[in-house]
Amino acid sequence: MTDMSVPAAPASRHTGPEARLRLEKRYASERRFERYGMAALSFAIAALFLLLWTILSNGATAFFQTHIRLEVHFDPATIDPDGKRDPAAFRQANWAAVARAALQEKFPEVRGRLPLRQLDALLSDGAQIELLRMVSADPGLLGQRREVWLLTSSDVDMIQKGHSARDVPEASRRVNDAQLSWLDRLAAEGRLEKRFNTRFFTAADSRQPELVGVWGGVVGSFLTLGMTLLLAFPMGVAAAIYLEEYAPKNRFTDLIEVNINNLAAVPSIVYGLLGLAVFLQFFGMPRSAPIVGGVVLALMSLPIIIIASRAALRSVPPSIREAALGIGASKMQAIFHHILPLAMPGIMTGTIIALAHALGETAPLLMIGMVAFVVDIPAGPLSPSTVLPVQIFMWADNPERGFVEKTSAAIMTLLVFLLLMNAAAIWLRKKFERRW
Amino acid sequence: MNHRTAFIAASVATVLLSGFAAAPADAQQARDQIRIVGSSTVFPFTTAVAEQFQRTGGFKAPIVESTGTGGGMRLFCGGVGVQHPDITNASRRMTKSEFEQCKSNGVTDIVEVKIGFDGIVLAVKKGSQKMDLTLRHVFLALARQVPVNGQLAANPYTRWNQIDASLPALEIEVIGPPPTSGTRDSFNELAMLAGCGQVAEMKTLIPDNAARGRACQAIREDGKFIEGGENDNLIVQRLATGRPGTMGIFGFSFLEENPDKIEGKAIAGIEPNPDTIADGKYPIARDMYIYVKRAHVGVIPGIREFVTEYTSARAMGDNGYLEKKGLVVLPAAEAAKVRASSLALQPLTM
Repeated sequence: MTDMSVPAAPASRHTGPEARLRLEKRYASERRFERYGMAALSFAIAALFLLLWTILSNGATAFFQTHIRLEVHFDPATIDPDGKRDPAAFRQANWAAVARAALQEKFPEVRGRLPLRQLDALLSDGAQIELLRMVSADPGLLGQRREVWLLTSSDVDMIQKGHSARDVPEASRRVNDAQLSWLDRLAAEGRLEKRFNTRFFTAADSRQPELVGVWGGVVGSFLTLGMTLLLAFPMGVAAAIYLEEYAPKNRFTDLIEVNINNLAAVPSIVYGLLGLAVFLQFFGMPRSAPIVGGVVLALMSLPIIIIASRAALRSVPPSIREAALGIGASKMQAIFHHILPLAMPGIMTGTIIALAHALGETAPLLMIGMVAFVVDIPAGPLSPSTVLPVQIFMWADNPERGFVEKTSAAIMTLLVFLLLMNAAAIWLRKKFERRW
Repeated sequence: MNHRTAFIAASVATVLLSGFAAAPADAQQARDQIRIVGSSTVFPFTTAVAEQFQRTGGFKAPIVESTGTGGGMRLFCGGVGVQHPDITNASRRMTKSEFEQCKSNGVTDIVEVKIGFDGIVLAVKKGSQKMDLTLRHVFLALARQVPVNGQLAANPYTRWNQIDASLPALEIEVIGPPPTSGTRDSFNELAMLAGCGQVAEMKTLIPDNAARGRACQAIREDGKFIEGGENDNLIVQRLATGRPGTMGIFGFSFLEENPDKIEGKAIAGIEPNPDTIADGKYPIARDMYIYVKRAHVGVIPGIREFVTEYTSARAMGDNGYLEKKGLVVLPAAEAAKVRASSLALQPLTM
């Protein structure tokens, strides 16, 4: 046995220089793959940061608006010539004259039609609205003099924020030399200041960039999504429970399943066309109403909710169902007492993701008239309104320079909304999650 | 279990009820708000009037939708009644066939209000090289097929000086609107077709009028003409940051809003400005209209007052707020005529 010499070990496939080379190659390809992954990830992160940076750098200034502090004389002769203190009469008063008088008091040397008009152009129409609001709230201001911060026009605002160039020839500027010298004088006296833009969070759409607000769009989005949730959630969950727990397995239910999966991939504009044909033309529902938008978006999110809910129901361990049935629960009791509560986190996550998706939609709303200019904040699900992404789309298309920053600021608002919804999804999942 | 199922059943029922029962009832209700549809080119002006109207008129602000001229006409001509819009914006005149369609749906009395002009400009980055452009040059630079040695051939020009020795040796690169846009329709008709008419060989090469019309309006697709998307602000941005020779095509108001970044090209020596556009000397300009459904006046509150506001001197006049928004206003005499005929609600005839 001892002299049974072991034959010279046949060169193993796993040793020797060739094997080492192969091994080296496999390690290299492993490292390469890892690097591809890292490259893909860093590209995605870079793109995200570029996007966020552009939005932030364009939009950060939108939260502040340039104001001029002027001493305003609330002259009863102009505002309330009849002396009746009637709010309706205040509305009709010549507020432009009140604002102009305040400007002229500051710059008494400005004379002539054209220079005076240029002086007027420093202030926005919003200044007049503000003065009206002040007097309507407190008629006691009549006859008094007050220092008031008045909103400037968008052209002035753009120069002050550096979005329009100052150091170019006069002909290439929307604010001329005389206006610049007035602004400089106001700035030197501390009468020119960027103040927080509360209007942006309380007002609706406007054609003047300094007067716009996102609140109209936010309320519209809220009403629309509320309608979507109300419709799509119960219907989607009910459909999922039926398909998962009750429906027999046959060709017909297979067909339904294939159709639901296909519907989830249908382009959203198709749902808009459906909404136009069915809800507007057949049922005669009003155009531009959040209720119709909500129904259309609900149809769009239904397949996603059904698919997510079915997956969540399926992931509940069969032992739970069997235990419930084993101790004598009916099928419905087993579902509602045991399976559904355990599946809820998954269902809610799916629903919120579907809603977040619906929040960003504009295409289906185009068809049902929600791509519209709406000045009033929508009062209810039947009043005309628009939604946040539509607001962004329309502002991006406006020629005025001031809308660039407002568009970015509206995008930020939408992103914050989306973040809140996703955070809610995570929170709900964490709260209701059961481990076993 | 019971209250859970009851809850779900109740919420489904509420939703169905509110969705389907409330809606038809609402459609019968009177509307107290003007509804406007139509052209995206007229949209910025009509919305400015709508806002002003709400601020001063004591009426609710009209809802203005941007549907495009053609889409607006279809909705407008859909019929008479609260579910149909009251006014439509148009960046061209109503066509005979649209008028007939309106009539067949019972929309017979239509008031046409011409509100002003819109110029389409060819603009470049500020400080670009001088260039004496004509529509003929524009056509030869952008057409898909041009006459070469007596034959129609795919457009061979890559630099402006190949078209005409007087032009600079800059590469041809034009960013313009996509075919779905109304601006593109107008550009095709007012610039390409007109420029094509100045190339005598086109007439002999394609004798058939309709076929020539199509050939003249076909724009090259070899990358020299770049479709910039519907957003004109993006075109402006690309011009301002791009190469000096790059040219952009968009509405006049975008030129007015960005005097520090871009400048308009003169066509045959005529600069695009409000004067040349209003008197028709600048060749790439069109009329803009709104159409009012007369049957709705007095039914929907405020239509007459809205038209009054639109045609008032403070809106449509010299130095009115629409001019500040970039509208090229009508000459004073014409504006007065438009004001008189629209306030009398004179119906359109065709």
